[in-house]
Amino acid sequence: MRPSTQIVRLSVNGDPYEVGVPTHFTLLEALRYVIGLTGSKQGCDKGDCGACTVIVDGRATLSCLTPVWEAEGCGVVTVEGLASPDGPHPLQDEFDRNGAAQCGFCTPGILCSAAALLQRSAAPTRAEIREALSGNLCRCTGYAKIYDAVEAAAARVAREPPAGRAGERA
Amino acid sequence: MTDHRNLQSDLHLIGSAQRKIEGLDKATGRALYTDDISLPGMLHGKILRSPHPHARIVSIDTEEALALAGVHGIVTGRDMPTTYGIIPWTPDEYPLCVDRVRYVGDGVAAVAAVDEETAVRALSLIHVEYEELPAFLDPHEALAADGSSPYVHDARRPGRNGNVTKKVHLEFGAVDERLDASDVVVEGEYFFEGTTHTPIEPHCAIGHWDGVSRLTVWSATQVPHYLHRELARVLDVDPARVRVLQPLVGGAFGGKSEPFDLEFCVAKLSMVTGRPVKILYTREEVFYAHRGRHPFHMRYRTGATRDGKLTSVDAEIVLDGGAYASFGLVTTYYSGQLLCAPYHMPAYRFDSTRVYTNKPACGPKRGHGSVQPRFAFEVQIDKLAEEVGLDPMELRRRNFIGSHTRTVNELRVTSNGFLECLDAVERASGWKERFRELPFGRGLGVAGSTYISGTNYPIYPNEMPHSAVQMQVDRSGRVSVFSGASEIGQGCDSLVAYIAAEELGVPLEHVRVMRGDTDFTPVDLGAYSSRVTFMLGNAAIDAARKLADQVRAAVARHWEVKAAEVLLAGGRALWAPDTERQMPIAEAFNLAEAAFGTLGSTGWYDTPKDVHGDYRGGTIGASPAYSFTAHVAEVRVDVETGIVEVEKIWIAHDCGRALNPVLVEGQMEGSAYMGFAEALMEEHVFKDADHGRAGLHNAPSLLDYRIPTSLDTPELQSLIVESIDPEGPYGAKEAGEGPLHPSIPAIANAIYDAVGVRMDRLPFSPPNVWRALEAARAEGRLGKPAAPGVREGVAGGRPSEAVAAER
Repeated sequence: MRPSTQIVRLSVNGDPYEVGVPTHFTLLEALRYVIGLTGSKQGCDKGDCGACTVIVDGRATLSCLTPVWEAEGCGVVTVEGLASPDGPHPLQDEFDRNGAAQCGFCTPGILCSAAALLQRSAAPTRAEIREALSGNLCRCTGYAKIYDAVEAAAARVAREPPAGRAGERA
Repeated sequence: MTDHRNLQSDLHLIGSAQRKIEGLDKATGRALYTDDISLPGMLHGKILRSPHPHARIVSIDTEEALALAGVHGIVTGRDMPTTYGIIPWTPDEYPLCVDRVRYVGDGVAAVAAVDEETAVRALSLIHVEYEELPAFLDPHEALAADGSSPYVHDARRPGRNGNVTKKVHLEFGAVDERLDASDVVVEGEYFFEGTTHTPIEPHCAIGHWDGVSRLTVWSATQVPHYLHRELARVLDVDPARVRVLQPLVGGAFGGKSEPFDLEFCVAKLSMVTGRPVKILYTREEVFYAHRGRHPFHMRYRTGATRDGKLTSVDAEIVLDGGAYASFGLVTTYYSGQLLCAPYHMPAYRFDSTRVYTNKPACGPKRGHGSVQPRFAFEVQIDKLAEEVGLDPMELRRRNFIGSHTRTVNELRVTSNGFLECLDAVERASGWKERFRELPFGRGLGVAGSTYISGTNYPIYPNEMPHSAVQMQVDRSGRVSVFSGASEIGQGCDSLVAYIAAEELGVPLEHVRVMRGDTDFTPVDLGAYSSRVTFMLGNAAIDAARKLADQVRAAVARHWEVKAAEVLLAGGRALWAPDTERQMPIAEAFNLAEAAFGTLGSTGWYDTPKDVHGDYRGGTIGASPAYSFTAHVAEVRVDVETGIVEVEKIWIAHDCGRALNPVLVEGQMEGSAYMGFAEALMEEHVFKDADHGRAGLHNAPSLLDYRIPTSLDTPELQSLIVESIDPEGPYGAKEAGEGPLHPSIPAIANAIYDAVGVRMDRLPFSPPNVWRALEAARAEGRLGKPAAPGVREGVAGGRPSEAVAAER
């Protein structure tokens, strides 16, 4: 028996999508395998690793635990939506500059958690950063360079807020 | 006027912080990993796995599964009846089991279907009849087996115990005599629990047979070259028809350094179905695929003189290998061979036995085979320092082996910055003021280590280079590098770009790196044994300098000057005596092309072959250079709960030269983090029959297995030490594995400094620490140890007043 399908309307990085997906599909599956936005990663498929983190209505959200229909009517931002036409989001640039992405597989999720953090706290302390990223496992860096990158990006965002869609709502 | 202060023979780019060439791709979601790739008509595969730790396969019935709509093909072990193994002498596994399963999770059949759901449904329709066999879960029981029930693998000769994978006994010098003559002998028994890699990217592979002649496999592998060889051999396809593509790899740490069942299955299923097939492991499958850190049961006897000079070391080790050999032959040698620096040992013996058990196979995890004995040995050193009343820093200095020397097992050591490492962590941690001086419950511990920068001998015997690159320059001033090295996050693609830019004087953004494709890149053996920077770096320098020589010669001829006076730097060719005289680098490349024809070069690196001991196994552990590391860890121990908090680790590492300090620090921090994780949290353990189904993984999820989050991880401080190795690229040595080792013993030694309790078994989890604290409390041993040199009159050196004072 084939799983039953449904039509779901999504707003992802400001673009409207209408996707026909099996009812049990998660937001992550819809993003990666239907819409073709492969930036968000699947590391565990059960909400343990955080590699699938996207921003839903301004909140860092585990897309592998989110049924796709739950995202209907929400503003979804993925790692691909953090940049603006003018260039990468300061977080993206600082991750690159500080060596915060080694294998890079956890990076999209961490960037989304960090972008959501910067939306609600312009100048986060290191303790706040550690707390905000505690749902994102990184196996390469020991997190040290990630903190450096987030702090550097926060300082830049404070000076010149980016034009990206991180805080966007539907 | 051009500033030419640094244009002479100085390095411009090497040694300074640079971005990675793929860094922004990774930060923007553009970077492609294997599961990000979809091919037209692609099917999805799933592997049916054994629910039993040890059983005979009586029959497999795939008829009902094949009849399911959407199922396109099923393969079983009989479709691929050739054994393989990463070590050519121990090929003991099939892509799918043929007649026997050896661990819970062993693959028995694979399905390709239109989608994952259909493939999963098909698995439930495959009927396998098993005849269960007694399982060996404990290595000591496996070692004592008498053949009354089938061994994990049949004995290779009658009368032998088939459960023994490998035995190594090596002895250097008069071990027993020197132990007997030692003023002090410290004896200890240690246990290192198994741990696993858990890269965040699960293994993934796509196979595509073009229906006529060519097999293409994309895989998240660290060893595309070995995968290429084994695919051809096992599937009986001419290697010239096999192409392996390696997209970016989302972490590996040794966990993707040999072929896995999914790579053979996607290839075979594609041949059967005529369509591309993808398999992506579930996280649970990653835990069962394993090949991670072997559990080690170790006994050490360490002798020394009264003034703390090592005299003799005797080790006995049992390695719990799991169901297959994997790299086990090497692991067994490494368990002893890599211990002989940074301290001078006049005599040394090790007796190591690797045993098969009915659990997922163990293999190489970051610091392969040497992290476990290093833990035991560095704790032994700490005990010895206590015994002779010396500061453990001082005891380590006294035994320093030196540079440009040989170890007791005849390995050649070149550069050695270990003393500078000790100095750096001693200073940064405030050791002199704080060791043994912190209040009860808080402590500092030190440990040292060494590690290889690759191995002098390849995995399969051959005389060819270990690493190679091709390079070409074009008329636009661009350099293209073709590199077969495995980018797993460490930055090796960037490394070749830095070298090309440095040597040919082009801006970094004008270097393109073509990578990860066995069809058009020369062979690099893979990302393992910390070989890449040393070997690939030297190969890239070789290729780049050949081109640079041609460019300089052509420019010199044009200017009518000496070639040695022409510099290539900053996007220009310049005349050293007067740098006003210069031209854009593209013009220089064009002059060279006019003079020599189309410009391309190959560069390669081969290892020194005459620098090891002349004994069986003497080549194993022989490396062109060794890195050295020292850590100090600071801990806080809660004596009521057994909770250990590691507050900070100072990491000093001699990497020869930091080609890009940002990347070196990243390796040091990541290594120290991973060691910390093994020390405190991680246990790759399996249930026995009394606690559920025998052989089931205890915690095959990232939540239950518990790798450290940002909130768990201590503060890490990197202190780079540069000894400038004579043979390394620009003097560089490895940085990716060495700095893991000392984390664990440094934490154990810090726990001792905090509460006077030795932790000789991993992990230092609250229950284990609490039990050790309770035992110490019962025996009146709990308390701050005495400071070095003030132990006279303190029997055992462990005053218990501190406990009373603390309460």
